[in-house]
Amino acid sequence: METIFRKTEGLTDALFHYCPGCTHGIIHRIVAETLEELDVLGKAIGVAPVGCGVLAYEYFNCDMYQAAHGRAPAVATGIKRVHPDNIVFTYQGDGDLASIGTAEIVHAAHRGEKITTIFVNNTIYGMTGGQMAPTTLIGQKATTAPYGREVAHAGYPLRIAEMLATIQGAAFVERVAVNTPANIRKAKNAIRKAFETQIKGEGFSIVEVLSTCSTNWGLTPIEALKWLEENMIPYYPLGNFRTPGR
Amino acid sequence: MAKVKGRVSFQEERCKGCELCTIFCPTKIIIIDKNRINAKGYHPATVKEMDKCIGCANCAMICPDIVITVEREMGK
Repeated sequence: METIFRKTEGLTDALFHYCPGCTHGIIHRIVAETLEELDVLGKAIGVAPVGCGVLAYEYFNCDMYQAAHGRAPAVATGIKRVHPDNIVFTYQGDGDLASIGTAEIVHAAHRGEKITTIFVNNTIYGMTGGQMAPTTLIGQKATTAPYGREVAHAGYPLRIAEMLATIQGAAFVERVAVNTPANIRKAKNAIRKAFETQIKGEGFSIVEVLSTCSTNWGLTPIEALKWLEENMIPYYPLGNFRTPGR
Repeated sequence: MAKVKGRVSFQEERCKGCELCTIFCPTKIIIIDKNRINAKGYHPATVKEMDKCIGCANCAMICPDIVITVEREMGK
């Protein structure tokens, strides 16, 4: 018998604090596996966000930093410019990146900072209890939108990947999902390409990962995967928006 | 009998009983053991008929808590 799947060296032995079925764990794992496979764990520096992912520094087995809300790309910019040979990434949710941190992410992309951002989009503020985020879908209920998001009141959900893809400094932009084993393999492939973009010094790279929040969506983990597929993917289409040289 | 034989092992103290592995197992051999409870207070996932495992690693791929290790042996 040959071992074909084991826990990656890129993660510590700490148990994730995430709710049962939360796909943060899957995304942590594929990022850590990618760092291990690229053999850059020893020189990787991650920047944790504010949100459910705030404790990511306990889980990634590399140097980690934790930034103020939304400011991870600014902190990562500083780290990368001081240590240009290190591999620097941010791990941010939609409440962090698409709301309070929109200026930081747009300008990090605009400057073509050679960092990689893992953007976890679950259409809601998870840690603070399920408030409406810029990414919350039309009609989706949240604690601050008890009758569902209305366009007249809150506007349309923000498509971050498409927006950043219009910026020339953003060398690699792709949206993936982690709702099935097949999509998880594709997501890992995109994350690998994003880190390779950074290693080659081709510019800013971001992977938007569609994720679930079964607790705040009020669904079971299995129902949440189905909800992601039926509601999120039609509005947030999967695919590559920018690749270096194309 | 399947040509490819697999074996999965569960680190049950990490399991939160979310059941995601049970729906992606193509041979439907993973169940939630309602008769047991782990230190975190969840019913852990387990496999009853290991000889039916084909080592596809779908369960490990979807598991958010890295509970599962997968081994595989190519049959003759």
